[in-house]
Amino acid sequence: MTASAGIRVRVAETETVAKDIKRLRLVAVGTGGLPEFSGGAHTVVTMRDGERVTRNPYSLMGSPYDRSGYEISVLKTPTSRGGSVFMHDHVQTGSELTISAPVNFFPIDRRARRHLMIAGGIGITPFVAMTEQLAREGASFELHYAMRSAAHGAYADKLKHLYGGRVQTYCDDRQQTIALGRLLDGQPLGTHLYVCGPTGMIDWVLAEARRAGWPNENVHYERFSSPPIGQPFRIELAASKAIIDVAPEQSILEAIEAAGFSPNFLCRGGACGQCETHVVSTTDAIDHHDHFLSADEHASAQKIMICVSRLKNAGGHIVLDL
Amino acid sequence: MGLMFKDETYRGDYTFSNSPSAILRFPFPFHEDRYRYAVNIEPHLPGPKGSAYEFAIDIDEHYLSDMRDRAITLKDDPLRCQSLPHMLTAEWDLLELLMTSMSKDYPEHFALTMDGDRWHWINRPMGIDHQFTFGDVATLPTPPMEYIGRQCQGDFCLLDQRDGDLWMDAGIVTSQADWSLDFDVGMSFKEWHAPVPMAHEAGVFDRALKFLLNLQLGKPVRRLNWTMSVNPRLDTSPETYHLWGSDRASVTPENVADKVHLRVELQGLWRLPRSNAIVFSIRGYLIKMRELATVPKWGRRLPRVLSTLPPEIATYKGLTRYQQTTIDWLSKFDDGQPTSPGVWPDDFPLPAKT
Amino acid sequence: MLTPGIISRPVYPGLTLDENAKHNLMAIEGEGAAALLDAVGKAGPDVGQCVLSRSTIIFTPGSSAQRSLDKQLGYDKQLADLKPDALWIFPTLPTAMFRLRGVLATAKMGTRLYAAGTEPFIGSVIQEALVAGIDHKSLITEHRGSAQRRVQCVHCKGFTEGVTTNPVTCSHCGLHLLVRDHYSRRLGAFMGVCIDVEDPSDLPKTEVLYP
Repeated sequence: MTASAGIRVRVAETETVAKDIKRLRLVAVGTGGLPEFSGGAHTVVTMRDGERVTRNPYSLMGSPYDRSGYEISVLKTPTSRGGSVFMHDHVQTGSELTISAPVNFFPIDRRARRHLMIAGGIGITPFVAMTEQLAREGASFELHYAMRSAAHGAYADKLKHLYGGRVQTYCDDRQQTIALGRLLDGQPLGTHLYVCGPTGMIDWVLAEARRAGWPNENVHYERFSSPPIGQPFRIELAASKAIIDVAPEQSILEAIEAAGFSPNFLCRGGACGQCETHVVSTTDAIDHHDHFLSADEHASAQKIMICVSRLKNAGGHIVLDL
Repeated sequence: MGLMFKDETYRGDYTFSNSPSAILRFPFPFHEDRYRYAVNIEPHLPGPKGSAYEFAIDIDEHYLSDMRDRAITLKDDPLRCQSLPHMLTAEWDLLELLMTSMSKDYPEHFALTMDGDRWHWINRPMGIDHQFTFGDVATLPTPPMEYIGRQCQGDFCLLDQRDGDLWMDAGIVTSQADWSLDFDVGMSFKEWHAPVPMAHEAGVFDRALKFLLNLQLGKPVRRLNWTMSVNPRLDTSPETYHLWGSDRASVTPENVADKVHLRVELQGLWRLPRSNAIVFSIRGYLIKMRELATVPKWGRRLPRVLSTLPPEIATYKGLTRYQQTTIDWLSKFDDGQPTSPGVWPDDFPLPAKT
Repeated sequence: MLTPGIISRPVYPGLTLDENAKHNLMAIEGEGAAALLDAVGKAGPDVGQCVLSRSTIIFTPGSSAQRSLDKQLGYDKQLADLKPDALWIFPTLPTAMFRLRGVLATAKMGTRLYAAGTEPFIGSVIQEALVAGIDHKSLITEHRGSAQRRVQCVHCKGFTEGVTTNPVTCSHCGLHLLVRDHYSRRLGAFMGVCIDVEDPSDLPKTEVLYP
């Protein structure tokens, strides 16, 4: 995918569904409707704030079978680069946005005998669509949803209403925690585990699954990571010799797009490998933030994921094979 | 549209042949006088009017004959159509793709009306008029992939995407160039391509896999594959190889022009919406040497391609026994004149370049 | 020793003990017992004992030619000396697989499956794993013993066992088959394709390639 791909949509409806979480319903501008999608998919939303263009991925949490509109939920995080703040404060009913076609890095594994889903906070979003698809297809599943408090738990009531005992909720402020060890030990062979939520929670679940003897093939996760804020530095594109400045809250990918180029990307979260770029030379150490390259590849400084990684210090100069 | 469906056979008396317009629209694969293995993927965008690339799914004069031959192959060997249990959602995705394409691009032959989940499908050439509920297998006479596969030209494979790889977990394959669906079901991308010589070292399949893993909804791609066969036989499967394999040794200078065929596969790849799987379509086209040589550019180019073909590729494609006899017959059409770049016949009505 | 071949030809990395597994299910055939003994030796007494106390071993001596050899080497006794939680000995491959299937039907996540022995044995274990919903990449495998192959005739779909030569005659339909390196995990066999169709006089000499 490149920056030139996109579907034009209009915000048909917004709703505050929980503390700091806003739901938006997006409908296609013009006729034709939107394609059905696979549960777990996300869309990359292009946000234009004056001159600044940010692209953030959001899980599609509406019904996968609803061609008349897509739904996303945005958690407002003030420490971010501003994308979520923009979505909360500047995007309202009637606003127009460009979104990508659905892309899925967190798909259902339909070979599974059972699907065990663990959500934390805003990580509930992919599961809202996945549970609907699993229910429609008659699959066996259970969902465990941890939240800071009931006020923070978007969609908990809706999910409990739809799926009854298959959904369990846990509120931190009531000291309710998922009895993860017991939960993992009790699953029949052929169960697949899915986890999405804060990175600490994902790390905890993955470690527990490993300790419980679950093979990697049965464990799936999606991290909602966005590019970190860092120091300003400079990039040079080897093919055109273009020199581009990267601002602190801008990713290399965004800086290159702002300069009018369209490098390949897909997840924009350092997970899929599509934006992997060869490093010709660099005057400074690379701060890798991806989950795709190996430790050796990170150490070699020959490759960089331009959607999330950057140079460590201010003023560095990196030449990319683009 | 004026598509006249022929009544011809792909076995026994082999009455298959191409009309003059079918010859001109044949997807000739060689854009230069030499063949080099490449992934050669391009966007599957609408091609020139009248060409095999005009529509997403190509239906041609051989439609009814192809479907009759498929039915015979499936009756003799049901294992040519298989679907692992987890692929049902992908099967429905495929049914939607084919029905919407066929009805949109050939409205005089196919019609699809949808009222929510209640679908009504009409296939006039095959005399089918069926109402069913999309997503409910009980409302179709056979599972979705088999149902629509028996009504659409070309083989279809459904590839499940998981663990950073693609898995051939379903398919309806009755016109393959010598690979077994039953054997390959369940294999990963590099596993099912394992027998292809030379390409693995060049990293061709690593790059192809990476590209396909990121295939986007609404942005299908295509490529061409080619081989040759003796007799216009669609079912050149390993399963029946012991029945047709000896044909390869039966080519003589007297029969080569009518027996030896160029066989081209137009392969399409689409991302599917509900299953996130990929459909890999393999649409086969056959042309005998006598028909091909009526296009002067192709008559010059093909002998040049065959004479310079690396031996490993000739062996893998099964050509060695009749390759020289074919070159000998074709060489009378090669006057040494230069050939224009690209695949089109010199008088094919291409849209004017702007 | 298995000869490397094309990419679809499986590779069996070797047995290592999974210390995290809540339960270990070890399917062992004939000389595969030596692989398990080696793996336990390499892991050290503490780890070995810990893992074995949570292990069930399903052992079959393998083909009859192996059986007397196995008795001499006393694999059943050596496996018993490992003090696994359970040791079940079955006379043949099908009886061992029957038991394996039964155990897998009620097993829980946290169960690690191992297979060691000839390639057809490992292939059978993997087939049972697939039926039970275990991804093949989760199995821990090691090849020991004969390099014999299970071959499926692509024409009649019959399986010919214990194939050590190339070409081989299909034990069902009698065609002469080229034994290819193309392997199907789902079928647990290599492909056999008729070798003398195009030129019946050109039947290559039979060679023992998989002793």
